[in-house]
Amino acid sequence: MAVETTTRAKLRWGLLDVVVVVFALVPVLWIASLSFKTPATLTDGKFWPREWTLDNYRTIFDTDQFVRALVNSIGIALIATAIAVVLGTMAAYAISRLDFPGKKLLVGVSLLIAMFPQVSLVSPLFEIERQLGLFDTWPGLILPYITFALPLAIYTLSAFFKQIPWDLEKAAKMDGATQGQAFRRVIAPLAAPGVFTTAILVFIFCWNDFLFAITLTSTERSRTVPVALQFFTGESQFEDPTGAICAAAVVITVPIILFVLFFQRRIVSGLTSGAVKG
Amino acid sequence: MSVNATPAGAQAAAEAEAEQPGGRHAAVPEQRSRRGSRAPLSDNKRAERRLGWLLCAPAALVMVLVTAYPILYSVWLSLQRFDLRFPDEREFVGLENYVTVLTNDFWWTAFGVTALITVVTVAVELVLGMGLALIMHRTLVGRGIVRTAALIPYGIVTVVAAFSWRYAWTPGTGYLANLFDGSAPLTERASSLAIIMLAEIWKTTPFMALLLMAGLALVPEDLLKAASTDGATAWQRFTKVMLPVMKPAILVALLFRTLDAFRVFDNIFVLTNGGNETSSVSMLAYNNLIRGLNLGIGSTMSVLIFITVAIIAFVFVKLFGTAAPGSDDGERR
Amino acid sequence: MADIVLDKVSKRFPDGTTAVQDVDLEIADGEFVILVGPSGCGKSTTLNMIAGLEDISSGELRIGGERVNDKAPRDRDIAMVFQSYALYPNMTVRENMAFPLRLAKMDKETINQKVDEAAKVLELTALLDRRPANLSGGQRQRVAMGRAIVRQPKAFLMDEPLSNLDAKLRVQMRTVVSRLQKQLGTTTVYVTHDQTEAMTLGDRVVIMRGGAVQQVGPPQELYDHPRNLFVAGFIGSPSMNFVHAVVEDGRLRTALGDVPVGDRIRRELEGGDAPRELILGIRPEHFEDAALIDDETRRRGMEFEAPVDIVESMGSDKYVYFTVEGERATAAELEELAADTGAADFAGAGSNLVTRLSAESPVREGESRRVWFNLEKIHLFDPGSGRNLTLHEGRSAGALAD
Repeated sequence: MAVETTTRAKLRWGLLDVVVVVFALVPVLWIASLSFKTPATLTDGKFWPREWTLDNYRTIFDTDQFVRALVNSIGIALIATAIAVVLGTMAAYAISRLDFPGKKLLVGVSLLIAMFPQVSLVSPLFEIERQLGLFDTWPGLILPYITFALPLAIYTLSAFFKQIPWDLEKAAKMDGATQGQAFRRVIAPLAAPGVFTTAILVFIFCWNDFLFAITLTSTERSRTVPVALQFFTGESQFEDPTGAICAAAVVITVPIILFVLFFQRRIVSGLTSGAVKG
Repeated sequence: MSVNATPAGAQAAAEAEAEQPGGRHAAVPEQRSRRGSRAPLSDNKRAERRLGWLLCAPAALVMVLVTAYPILYSVWLSLQRFDLRFPDEREFVGLENYVTVLTNDFWWTAFGVTALITVVTVAVELVLGMGLALIMHRTLVGRGIVRTAALIPYGIVTVVAAFSWRYAWTPGTGYLANLFDGSAPLTERASSLAIIMLAEIWKTTPFMALLLMAGLALVPEDLLKAASTDGATAWQRFTKVMLPVMKPAILVALLFRTLDAFRVFDNIFVLTNGGNETSSVSMLAYNNLIRGLNLGIGSTMSVLIFITVAIIAFVFVKLFGTAAPGSDDGERR
Repeated sequence: MADIVLDKVSKRFPDGTTAVQDVDLEIADGEFVILVGPSGCGKSTTLNMIAGLEDISSGELRIGGERVNDKAPRDRDIAMVFQSYALYPNMTVRENMAFPLRLAKMDKETINQKVDEAAKVLELTALLDRRPANLSGGQRQRVAMGRAIVRQPKAFLMDEPLSNLDAKLRVQMRTVVSRLQKQLGTTTVYVTHDQTEAMTLGDRVVIMRGGAVQQVGPPQELYDHPRNLFVAGFIGSPSMNFVHAVVEDGRLRTALGDVPVGDRIRRELEGGDAPRELILGIRPEHFEDAALIDDETRRRGMEFEAPVDIVESMGSDKYVYFTVEGERATAAELEELAADTGAADFAGAGSNLVTRLSAESPVREGESRRVWFNLEKIHLFDPGSGRNLTLHEGRSAGALAD
């Protein structure tokens, strides 16, 4: 009897699992499928390709338009992530470990920014960056990315830092460490997994952005892939851009899939730990 | 062993006790605070403060410089006639831009569209997200697979997902368009809006679910067992035990998703490009700014969106009081 | 090696609460001193101030004659053992123990030698390459001790080091700590909330309550001559019985009968502002089955009869619980003690007496039994101030003293 119920319960859960997995994967599989279709079969309306081809991938990697955008995407996201994580780590350490006036204010400000409508910054940043010569440059995108990634980084990291037992730092101090040594030799090795998780989350955030990328760039110099996709609209190089767009879309989806596959546990813990404490 | 106890402390305590019989603590409250505030800071304390400021300064500086200053600048811009195509006509016009925007039908249509998308998607996501959270949290089989699959919509680039939906509904190309006899759903307002909402829900339900799962994790297993032995059904366990414990997590998830949904831009841009009156406020602001190059009107819309979001956030915080994020309780939890 | 002196040391938090109030304490070189009290009494804060982990709001702290108020923990040369052990999870046992030495920039050879020595003393040699996650609670505790002794500091501070261990191991580790301290002769300040630990370990015990020191002295002295109601109730297990008493015609009317008082107590009670109500304190071992005592002993006490609730036979003797009618003894201190054990709202009507009777007593549950108690060993407390009225020049002389 008991065995039977658990089997049935397992089946029921299994069915629900399948629904979730199908729901989550169909749009991704669809765009991947399109990217492998030949131009002739592209409009056959079938979910799976009848003829497979890699031509679409060859095409996009042959054009400067895509390669340049890919370089921009990777470079900008990596630099923004690195800076945001370093600044975020410093701030989160201070917030979770030290007592100083103004701490609440900082937490409040970063919460406000997390809720901030990014579009409200588009017009002033557009104008300010044009005046400063930052418009259509890497730093012009990196700056807003850091800003909006910082609240995420600070929240996730301080949640991680708060899990590190307080006593360890005290113990290190009693053992003769300075504040700095206590951080470098005791806290940092324990914090590394949290920092790594945060870096993934921040990278996904930067990699994902479209609004800033489309408003603060105007040429291939600093256009990222999500924006470049909009300009694939089949002018000279491509007859029908659908296949190329899909291939490019798949290329920028690959890193996300890899992150999710390898670091599922970390990403979930990062997102949920930051969330519980708000 | 030189035992040299000094009973002064005990005496002082006994005296203090005698002064206020029945008092549980020896010290007088007013006396404490008065002396406490004047206690000089030791080197240790001062060093800690300095380090705290030093570590936070860069992050704070970047955040303030890139948000506070531009938003003020945006207010300044919104008070001017400032069209980049006619830079010579730039002048201070007071609130004229606000009058223009607030009496404009496009603005109110976009506002309505945004509000509709926000309300519908957040409501649907709350239900679906709760279901997904329960599955991810409690499933007996394949927990890792479900969680991994659910993270894909969260992680994927919104624009990529939007293209996938767009091609799915394009007549001839798409597997979904054929379901409707080759009509073009993305050329009609109602169906376009439905598809936009579908794309939004697909993309952000997992995030909602993760936030809710964090709340689910706070429900003690013993509490559920106790409820079952007390005779509660599965539904009663959910509504009477889980939901109350999860309330703070639900409110946080709602707040974040509401504000996020209000910013909807990417999906509309790719799916309809704002055609057939499907523009959101963000889309409209973008069009005025980048396509119309009208900085004055664009900034006015920016400021209005900012104010709306501030009001939503304020209402949430007011309604939910200490359960809202940023309050002391929420922060220490 | 050094002595530690606290001179009117106080700790006030920014929110206005006072955690520690004017603590005066001189700890001699090599002495083992226990800070004990219920949670929130300020004992851990006091220890943290000695460690330098918390600032001293006022007063002076001297270690080895030198004022160290403003010195960072690392410059005080003292080691600390934490309740959570605070072992660095990313380091092996060897690395954990070597950490303070490496910070002190000792050369590798000396470090290894010292770690090996300390490991030998604590029987950790076989575990040196393991990580804390792979150790049992007792082993972790020993590593924490090892990390403290390895650098031969001026003093050890221990913050409830045994309270995370199970009962049996705790008793065993108590002797380890005690032997280690004697062997090394290092000044030690030990915080605990467990009065048994306090009684068994320390040369001297400091009892704290609400941030203030209540009494300082060797364990036996605190047990026999408690200065006030709080100390009397806190020290001893099972704890002292408290019975409500009313002063009438030079006698004390109690639920156990009228208790006669000697001249000294009478003089005390005749003063104009003397309390009309008192609390009578009797330790469990000062009761005996009235049928088992000789006449000589009988004269030194008095008898009463009460129904027997429960009998717990311990083999060597019997704990017998009686219910007696009458008002319950009430005082702020008693409430605080009850709150600390979590029994504040759990005592039935009337008062319960815990007695320790001889194993030969044929007492049975449900019967009524005649019980004798020793008047020379009882204490009388003023419920308002908590003061022990039977204390004369620091010695308790019972109710009959002249």
